[in-house]
Amino acid sequence: MVTAREPESALALAEDVLARALRIGATEAEVLVVAGDSSLTRFANSEIHQNVAERSVTVNLRYIVGRRIAVVSTGKVDPEGLRSLVHRAAAIARSCEELEDWAGLPAPAEGMGTITGGVPAWAAGTADATPEFRAEGVRAVIAAADAAGVIAYGSFSNDAEAVAVANSAGIRAAEGRTSAQLLTVHMSPDGGTGYAEMVSMDATSIDAAALGREAATKARASDHPVSALAGDYPVVLEEYVVVDITDQLGYVGFNALSVQEDRSFAEPGRRIGSDLVTIVDDGSDPHGLPMSFDYEGVPKQRVALVDAGICRDVVYDSQTAARAGRMSTGHGLPAPNPWGPFPLNAVMSAGTTSREELIGGLERGLLVTRFHYTNVVHPKLAIITGMTRDGTFLVEGGKIVGPVRNLRYTQSYLDALAGVNAVSSERKTVRGFLGAAVVPALRIDGWTFTGVTEF
Amino acid sequence: MKDLADRALDTAAQLGATYADVRVIRRRDESISVKSGRVEGVAMGESDGFGVRVLVDGAWGFAASDTLELDEADRIGALAVRIAKASATALRNRVTLDARPVATGTFETPVVEDPFKIPLEAKISDLVAADRAAGRVKGVSFTESMYAAHREWKTFAATDGSFTEQMITQVGAAVEANAIERDEHQRRSYPDSGGGYQAGGYEYVRSLDLLGHAEEVGEEAVALLTAPQCPPGNRTLVLDPSMLYLQLHESCGHPTELDRVFGTEASYAGTSFLTPDKLAEGFMYGSELVTIVADATAAGGLGTFGWDDEGVAAQAVPLIQNGKFVGYQSSRETAPRVGRQSSGGMRADGWNRIPLIRMTNVNMLPVPGMSLDEIVADTDDGLYLANNRSWSIDDRRLNFQFATEVAYEIKGGVKGRLFKNCTYTGITYEFWRSCDAVGDARSFVMLGTPNCGKGEPSQSARVGHAVPGARFRNVQVGVGKW
Repeated sequence: MVTAREPESALALAEDVLARALRIGATEAEVLVVAGDSSLTRFANSEIHQNVAERSVTVNLRYIVGRRIAVVSTGKVDPEGLRSLVHRAAAIARSCEELEDWAGLPAPAEGMGTITGGVPAWAAGTADATPEFRAEGVRAVIAAADAAGVIAYGSFSNDAEAVAVANSAGIRAAEGRTSAQLLTVHMSPDGGTGYAEMVSMDATSIDAAALGREAATKARASDHPVSALAGDYPVVLEEYVVVDITDQLGYVGFNALSVQEDRSFAEPGRRIGSDLVTIVDDGSDPHGLPMSFDYEGVPKQRVALVDAGICRDVVYDSQTAARAGRMSTGHGLPAPNPWGPFPLNAVMSAGTTSREELIGGLERGLLVTRFHYTNVVHPKLAIITGMTRDGTFLVEGGKIVGPVRNLRYTQSYLDALAGVNAVSSERKTVRGFLGAAVVPALRIDGWTFTGVTEF
Repeated sequence: MKDLADRALDTAAQLGATYADVRVIRRRDESISVKSGRVEGVAMGESDGFGVRVLVDGAWGFAASDTLELDEADRIGALAVRIAKASATALRNRVTLDARPVATGTFETPVVEDPFKIPLEAKISDLVAADRAAGRVKGVSFTESMYAAHREWKTFAATDGSFTEQMITQVGAAVEANAIERDEHQRRSYPDSGGGYQAGGYEYVRSLDLLGHAEEVGEEAVALLTAPQCPPGNRTLVLDPSMLYLQLHESCGHPTELDRVFGTEASYAGTSFLTPDKLAEGFMYGSELVTIVADATAAGGLGTFGWDDEGVAAQAVPLIQNGKFVGYQSSRETAPRVGRQSSGGMRADGWNRIPLIRMTNVNMLPVPGMSLDEIVADTDDGLYLANNRSWSIDDRRLNFQFATEVAYEIKGGVKGRLFKNCTYTGITYEFWRSCDAVGDARSFVMLGTPNCGKGEPSQSARVGHAVPGARFRNVQVGVGKW
């Protein structure tokens, strides 16, 4: 029985499949096992309307014969399911053409044994969280909304998983990981909306009532918004916005595949931000969602992406690292992976400015709570479009004047980093595309808003 | 499967569920990715499991497992009831469902050439040939081509005696060329940037003729590098089906989902500007040429099935009739709140997700009169836009912005110069009201996307869109400073 609570059981399954693959002719093989329990309670109109739980085990086999590679996955872990898995993989591999520059699976560093629990990634409070625990948190959020006369929407989730990797080059890695997230949007009958979110390894550290109050206060503050003209404004971007900057730049630039295909802006030594901008990817940062190794079983390295505004490096998986003649930084995703490596644990350095000082430094500009539906318009220039939502405010003379209706922006995130003139001393952990980022709020010289909407 | 389904339903009912349904699903996926003429990945996945949805004390609970055993059916049925009871502690309005006939029967996607029986070598060979043809064009930096096949066997059972079995088969493929020079990265794809997809067999992949289009894809990617920037201004646009389908998806498909209207997606995907008062007043969403239906019976659509995941039979539901907003996509829970019956739009992304209101095939109907070519010939001064490359819309689905791979200048009814980096933006109903020409059946084509995101935990839906191409006046083109 493989369970999220027993990473060793996941590793034993991975080793079993690996042995089966090698027995029937694989010259190399890699097995990734993820066993998870996931639950999520969703609320809208100040009541729970969706409430779900699932248990699953997935085995992902990368089966190699010479330079012919197949990837097969299954959720069937009985002997017949595993037998079928390896035989299907063998048949597919035989049908494939050779991958000329296949560099082989990653091998462990000399003297490295099984990686288990290199960083604290597991919280019993998350793994043990019950439907009743989540409902209690939701009721606290709703109570805060009720007190403010607004309506609450959102979700409270807890996930526990065992992740294990075994490969024929000797890598053995197994780890239990937990994560919890509470996010909420509050809507006022007078047109205001607000947002709050917390992500943590430990569900018991999430203060649901405080998040409810934050969203409710923001919703009431954004009542009766007025139209602002599109144009260039200095901005203060809250943490819920900044995670989109680290995510999008990770996607279009800070990964080795995009560099090798000449799709990336990233270039060591190139200035891409002001002196105040430092971004690393750090799987061991306890403020994020830690992980010891990537989905190839390679230990995660701390990678300096931007140091005081200067681009230093990008993240690598085993294949991109081999092409570059260096070691993987431990940022591989599950095979097959056409997107390349990804920084799952972005951490942006805090500054020295309080939230009040960030806003106080705006002579005339906008305070933005959150972005919505962002997308790449021009990858090499990192031009992104998206909308503001859940609290956008006009600031004049360092004071919030009042809420404005949401705006569309079309903005180079690189130009934005170059214009950072203040960084908050406080940071938040916010869910990104794939992982979670630890980010501060930013004040930026200019941001190009290109349109307006009706609310 | 019936034993397992019955066991889960019995357990849930014994523990207090007033209604329960169960879906037992087996999925099989196969994909081939080719990059710059070589096979980068061949993957095959299978996923089996079941999910139990229950109503207890008027509140929903759901639990799912990949272990298809009777004891696990008991555990999951009981867990779903426990979860529903926790939901009931924060409930203000008890859930009620509209009546529907007991669902029984079978459905199977018509398939000529079973994609899972075509030898893998043959599929690889077809894809590699197309990819290499695109890559042979001088100046192409890299190419990417894909093929995917998806099959799902689904058994649905409910405590009202419903029992259906369905087998859905879908395929997709595309060839893409990329050209890069300094800061400029241009991409050209066929038939669509994410792949052309339909329900059916390998015959659809053959019909795409990737190889026959590959060279043109490469040539246009390279030509875009030196093409002038699309000039900004308010312009007449003729949208190719490869762009129009996504415009339809984002600015009509999503805002007519009734769960969004009632706020149950507010914390993630957002809500909708198409509130019930607009249904009552007959809000003019578009010009009289605009008629849009959600049709789960359309041939070849990714949203074509026999019954939805609540056991409601597939049907065609008008959303926009000659410009007027006339209907929503809905569920058994939401439809009665606007005095309607479910449109049969509840779909789940596999055994481990609950059904949500999802698009089936949201189609814009052709208008007899002009083909798309004739619309171009009828346009004095405009732009012809094809293949999306960026999309964004606000959380009530009003302010949108799209970018396309290519824009051709139209002068005197003739397509001419190529422009790069074209973007356009607008407000949904203003845009659709500006539609003054819609292609006829000659340009009507079924397209779609296999990855429409919605819900928490996230779900990816396979959605069809049949569209003819259309013309729009006075649209803002060229957004931002670059």
